[in-house]
Amino acid sequence: MSVFLLLVRRDLRLALRQGGDAAMVLAFFFLAVILFPFGVGPEPEMLARIAAGIVWVTALLAALLSLERLFLADYEDGSLEALALMPLPLEFQVLAKALAHFLTTGLPLVVVAPLLALLLHLPSAGYGPLVLGMALGTPTLSLIGAIGAALTLGARRGGVLLSLLVLPLYIPVLIFGVGAVEAAVTGLEIRPHLMLLTALLLAAIPLAPVAAAAALRQAVE
Amino acid sequence: MLRFANPARFMRLSAAILPYCAGATAALLAVGVILALFVAPPDYQQGEAVRIMYVHVPAAYMSSLVYAVVALGSAVALIWRHPLADIAAQEAAPLGAGFTLICLVSGSLWGEPMWGTWWVWDARLTSVLVLFFLYLGYIALVHAFDDPTRGAKAGAILALVGVVNLPIIKFSVDWWNTLHQPASIFRLGGPTIAASMLWPLFIMALGFTLFFVTLLLVRMRSRLLAARISALRLAV
Repeated sequence: MSVFLLLVRRDLRLALRQGGDAAMVLAFFFLAVILFPFGVGPEPEMLARIAAGIVWVTALLAALLSLERLFLADYEDGSLEALALMPLPLEFQVLAKALAHFLTTGLPLVVVAPLLALLLHLPSAGYGPLVLGMALGTPTLSLIGAIGAALTLGARRGGVLLSLLVLPLYIPVLIFGVGAVEAAVTGLEIRPHLMLLTALLLAAIPLAPVAAAAALRQAVE
Repeated sequence: MLRFANPARFMRLSAAILPYCAGATAALLAVGVILALFVAPPDYQQGEAVRIMYVHVPAAYMSSLVYAVVALGSAVALIWRHPLADIAAQEAAPLGAGFTLICLVSGSLWGEPMWGTWWVWDARLTSVLVLFFLYLGYIALVHAFDDPTRGAKAGAILALVGVVNLPIIKFSVDWWNTLHQPASIFRLGGPTIAASMLWPLFIMALGFTLFFVTLLLVRMRSRLLAARISALRLAV
């Protein structure tokens, strides 16, 4: 347990020293969202209808941005081989990495999302489900993204390939995340959508590290 | 299973089987096409346009079957390090992507006269589109590494991760309110489709399956021969 927390703290410290990474992800999130009023027009009713979708999709894309570097720095300087030899199983190390990624990327996105939804005139009923859905969904995005990051280590055009691999797997989270907000706005039950989001998270927690660790093992062979 | 891991033995076996596979494919497809286009009855609602079903449904079933083959080959390659298993998976993937494309295009051509739209974002169509992108992602990942063995292993893991999409495709018409027709063949309570339409459909599906087997054997043989050629070139 302490080794696990040690790894999480290591990644958090590295991310904080870098500093710019989380800020750039947030800046991209912001800019991508405000492109939409320019693109589709500033009419409040129309923006309100598509606000949930815009916020979720751009949050997905912003989460993708920092995934490529999840294992890359350790892979390139050889520390991944050292980590693979540690007594803590590689699966738990992947969990630690994904947790750190969620804390440095996902959580800021969750905090900023209501502000951006405000700019898009999301009806007031939607804010709670938006934040709750994103709080449940962004850890899943970090876990699924960890699979993609581990698979594309050392590949040519790794960043683009990562997006191609990971975006189809993100679609269920997107469907239920937006579904929760839409349900709240139209006065329907939000529980089913949030339960399914939780189910996706609970399924990702054991399964994603297994796949990612297998990919990491064959990357350091 | 490991008896067939020897590439030379595979080449001998496949050389023996291939003519019969190809012949059976041609025969079944010929019979199936004649039955589908001329013998099977027109639908009481859709008229002659229902005959697209005899291409669309077998292609759809093949797209899922081939993905299962890719996933199975990947599992065998990862667990037992069977040398031919990941070759089979890699050579099957483009065929599966092709079947998925045929399924999507034929479905779109069928949807226009029947539903009045080329596309609709319902659960079945969306999950098959995701399957198409899973195939493309698998092919891209396998070819993205300078070291082919890394590509093979990474692709194998990705194929297994994507297997979760298969039950979603199968049950999507039950779980969601969809425009796409619900299951009429593989369902509890037996098929609800008339026998005069079911038989041509089965023959076409069998023809498509043997077509896939024939092409897969040809592709695997080409791959092994190419490996042998490059080994000979390096030896000279």
